[in-house]
Amino acid sequence: MIALQRRAHPSRLMGYLAPLIAFVLTLLSGLLLFALLGVPIFEAFHAFFIEPISTVYGLAELGVKAAPLVIIGVALSIGFRAQVWNIGAEGQLILGGIAGAAVALYFYEVDEWFVLPLMILASILGGMLWASVPALLKTRFNVNEILTSLMLTYVAALLLSWLVSGPMRDPDGFNFPESRLFHDAALLPRLLSGTRLHIGALVALGVVVAGWLLLSKTLLGFALRVNGAAPRAGAHAGFSQNRLVWVALLLGGGCAGVAGLFEVAGPIGQLLPNISPGYGFTAIIVAFLGRLHPVGVLFAGLVMALSYLGGESAQITLNLPLAVTGVFQGMLLFFLLATDVLINYRITRKRQS
Amino acid sequence: MMDTPTKTPALVEMVGISKAYPGCLANDSIDISLSAGRVHALLGENGAGKSTLVKILYGLLAQDSGSIHWQGKPVDISSPAVARELGIAMVFQHFSLFESLSVLENIALGMDADADSDLRNKIITVSTRYGLPLDPDRSVFTLSVGERQRIEIVRCLLQNPKVLIMDEPTSVLTPLEVNELFATLSRLAEEGMAILYISHKLEEIRKLCHDATILRGGRKVATADPREETAQGLAALMMGSDIPKAVLREQSKTGKTLFSLSQLNYPALDQNGISLQGINLSISAGEIVGIAGVAGNGQDELMQVIAGEVLAHLDDAISLHDSAIGRQGAGERRKRGLCCVPEERLGHAAVPTLSLTENVFLTAHHRKALRIAGLVSYRRSRKFANEIIQRFNVQCNGPASLAGSLSGGNLQKFIVGREILQAPNVLVVSQPTWGVDAGAARAIHDALRTLADEGAAVLLVSQDLDELMQISDRIGALCAGRLSNFHQTSRVTVQQVGLLMGGESIDRQALNADSGADA
Amino acid sequence: MNEILILTILTIITAATPLVYAAIGELVVERAGVLNLGVEGMMLAGAVCSFATAHHTGSGMAAIVAGMLAGMLMALLFAFLTLSLQSSQVATGLALTIFGVGLSALIGQSLVGIAFEGLPSLNIPMLSNLPVVGQLLFSHDILVYGSFVLVAAVAWFLNRTRAGLVLRSVGDSHDAAHALGLKVIRVRYCATLFGGACAGIGGSYLSLVYTPMWGENMSAGRGWIALALVVFAVWQPGRLLLGAYLFGGISILQLHAQALGINVPSQLMSMLPYVTTILVLVLISRNRGRIRRNAPASIGQPFHPTT
Repeated sequence: MIALQRRAHPSRLMGYLAPLIAFVLTLLSGLLLFALLGVPIFEAFHAFFIEPISTVYGLAELGVKAAPLVIIGVALSIGFRAQVWNIGAEGQLILGGIAGAAVALYFYEVDEWFVLPLMILASILGGMLWASVPALLKTRFNVNEILTSLMLTYVAALLLSWLVSGPMRDPDGFNFPESRLFHDAALLPRLLSGTRLHIGALVALGVVVAGWLLLSKTLLGFALRVNGAAPRAGAHAGFSQNRLVWVALLLGGGCAGVAGLFEVAGPIGQLLPNISPGYGFTAIIVAFLGRLHPVGVLFAGLVMALSYLGGESAQITLNLPLAVTGVFQGMLLFFLLATDVLINYRITRKRQS
Repeated sequence: MMDTPTKTPALVEMVGISKAYPGCLANDSIDISLSAGRVHALLGENGAGKSTLVKILYGLLAQDSGSIHWQGKPVDISSPAVARELGIAMVFQHFSLFESLSVLENIALGMDADADSDLRNKIITVSTRYGLPLDPDRSVFTLSVGERQRIEIVRCLLQNPKVLIMDEPTSVLTPLEVNELFATLSRLAEEGMAILYISHKLEEIRKLCHDATILRGGRKVATADPREETAQGLAALMMGSDIPKAVLREQSKTGKTLFSLSQLNYPALDQNGISLQGINLSISAGEIVGIAGVAGNGQDELMQVIAGEVLAHLDDAISLHDSAIGRQGAGERRKRGLCCVPEERLGHAAVPTLSLTENVFLTAHHRKALRIAGLVSYRRSRKFANEIIQRFNVQCNGPASLAGSLSGGNLQKFIVGREILQAPNVLVVSQPTWGVDAGAARAIHDALRTLADEGAAVLLVSQDLDELMQISDRIGALCAGRLSNFHQTSRVTVQQVGLLMGGESIDRQALNADSGADA
Repeated sequence: MNEILILTILTIITAATPLVYAAIGELVVERAGVLNLGVEGMMLAGAVCSFATAHHTGSGMAAIVAGMLAGMLMALLFAFLTLSLQSSQVATGLALTIFGVGLSALIGQSLVGIAFEGLPSLNIPMLSNLPVVGQLLFSHDILVYGSFVLVAAVAWFLNRTRAGLVLRSVGDSHDAAHALGLKVIRVRYCATLFGGACAGIGGSYLSLVYTPMWGENMSAGRGWIALALVVFAVWQPGRLLLGAYLFGGISILQLHAQALGINVPSQLMSMLPYVTTILVLVLISRNRGRIRRNAPASIGQPFHPTT
């Protein structure tokens, strides 16, 4: 029999190795899955992992997809460290997109420098507003934030669907449920001509650095970590649990909001009924895969971005369903959670008594 | 007292029992044998290996080597069910009760029976017979600690066991409840039961037990007849060297009042909690004030209100240096010089998954200026952690060790050191030597004394009467959320403090008469 | 009686039944001290497997069994990770949902747009011919009857049997249960698998009866609403039935809003179940003492037997 024996100290080595092991296991299972689907595995492997990043455009696309994942992932990992389970980032992203788009449409064809900053501000506030509901309900009424933030995601998606088919619909759009195309002053500057890579990628890097500083160098970050690991110790030190719940949720909301704006004002350029392929949910995986550490989140975000690109590429070249991406993402998180056991336990043979 | 029962052949015998954990040998080839009709004491300090040994006997742990014989035949006790089958029952130190279930359901679970009216009647019969009153339909969360222990005992008795294991049963009881328990246990022994009684309290072992096996550091160091040994002699066996005689302190010079509680009320934190009622107390510079009391009489609540983890309703209910701090949070109070050591080391006083360096930053960041320009200074924190480790002789792998990896005693020294070295004006400590070995306890007591001598006010909340009698200048007790009057420690006896713990007051004349008689 | 009213009530029953299954399963899981946030994923797995089986075999019974097995398989994955490998229940539950969404979409790729005739109604002889009552009470499909039997059985099991007592004790304090020699991990495996089976059947109901077809993400948050229902029910089976029907009523309100002359955009009407869930959670959760008294005390905490 195999048994788990608790280690005297958590293994630092395994902390780094576990995500790699999980990645390799996911890869192997993925190939197995392809084999089961009757797809030639080398072609599938190539289509999924190599082809998407073999061109400059492809690499730029990696940045486009990774930016929102990293921005949200960093904020979520800060919250998760404090055991604040904001899993409604998708909804906060949508609200950010809506708020930003509202500004863009209000100043339609106003060619001023302030439009974009105003949009960014609005998107942050929009995301925060959406996140403030679970925060308020958690701190005032003790309501589980997992359920409320998630319910609000469904509400946000419906709100967006209503807005683009009603109040924010393009008046000249033949009743299609979408807004006007944003004018140039409301679009994000591109970093690389010929690609869709926008300044969101730089912002993501900034968020990584800021998140790292916050967590490891400030009293606030320390308080978040302590309250997550041992809430009573936090109370003993005088850190207010309610305040930290607010901070964690507003941070998540703000970052998700701005990520939403980067989608509508970046690759999309208008408001559509669907502005995100589940970035808000995938960012949860990104946060865990990145060990709830901002730098880890950066790498995890790139890996997850690749899974989106790979899914698209496999759909085109091999006619594989896009849903493969979700399966991959789920498997990766499972394997990570499974291999995490190696950090605190060693596997031994059970003594037969 | 009681007659010595004649020695019968061993009912159960453990031979050469060894058990190792990663990094520590908990039991090293231990022999022990129990006979019908006798109360056998298993004596030792915390960490001596008592709990491990009885868990093996009860089938909760498997020994690495050694054997167990039941009425002369070797047996393999692979689970508690096997132990119960043989006739071994155990009352745990920390009751394994289910809060949300009823007394009846709790008992049914422990004995593979259905929670029906048949069992209900049996409970009533046994509990009346042995003087252990219980209502089978009450939910456990509504019961006091003493009542909870009764459930455990009744549960064991219902199985008609031949061997009863009692793990530190009196640590949670008032002196009165202890007497009732001893009456029950003596009666059970007279009826022919073998009782294994685990404790580190010498007086009660001398009063109750017929045999004693003494463990130290995982080894059996002696067997003794406790009725013929002195407490001092047993203590020497238990600790390995002669323990220091309790030195009655001279009354120290006290200065002006540094800390006071006036008419402090606080409602219970939850349904199991106690509400604090009309607490009045003042402590002067240079003084150690002790608060005795059985666990669950409002100590947790008092500590939380004083520390600022919950706020008092009135600002002037708590004052520090004559300024009201009742509505200030824990951080602000610490800034002003009020430091606390809560009872629970892991998860309350320290974060187990963080390093000692980070745990230093946790409470000392302001008073020791561990931030530079708003950012955490790990260099300064590490330096302070090192200072604590050296000054308090903390055994660890340096300041990068995780708090959770330290032994209980060492972590406690570290935590007490962390607060003392912040040079607080007022230090409030709860159970500072709970589960700590004698050497570390001594070091902690000395440090508290020194702090007081340097002009701080110290409040010591403890369930350990010996500790309170030894180092406090004045003593009182907390009972059901009310604080008793305080008396000079040198002028009261342990029995009188026992009265205070039971919610009674000491008659002033009796006090004078008694202390006169003592002198 | 008004024909429309009867139809409305029948729709409420259809809307409530999947919630009853998913929530009663999760209730048992939580009473054993496990928090499985993957109900949504298990429902989707159940829905798609059930529909695929129905499509290929044409047998409703086989389809239900397939849905149940799919839910159990997902639950087994969760149980293995959280109970045997000590992973975080919150994270693993989220992973299960994300995985379930992807996997069901992958499996269901070729099933989109196909219809299924639905489960046959079991008309109870004589009684189903009664006017009004017959239609309301005695002419449903087997899963509707099953849901009531299931809730009653769970209530009986939890409060009247020794196994139920053991399960509750494990949820109250796994350490105390372990100290008594109860098999904590085994009990939790069983409870988790039961929860998976129920969620799977709930999913089956969606793809076989509620909208007899498969669509990506067709559970639309019902798994999460089921989780909220457990809180609403303060972990009591009877209240859970009440809650599920309340939600069923609200979620079909949107279908009838137009008929009732309420002129609100459909998207806003569709928000109702989600907004109601939040409001209900507020009403229940604000009473902290009540939650603390009724919530299984060891919920969500990992348990490792050697300590």
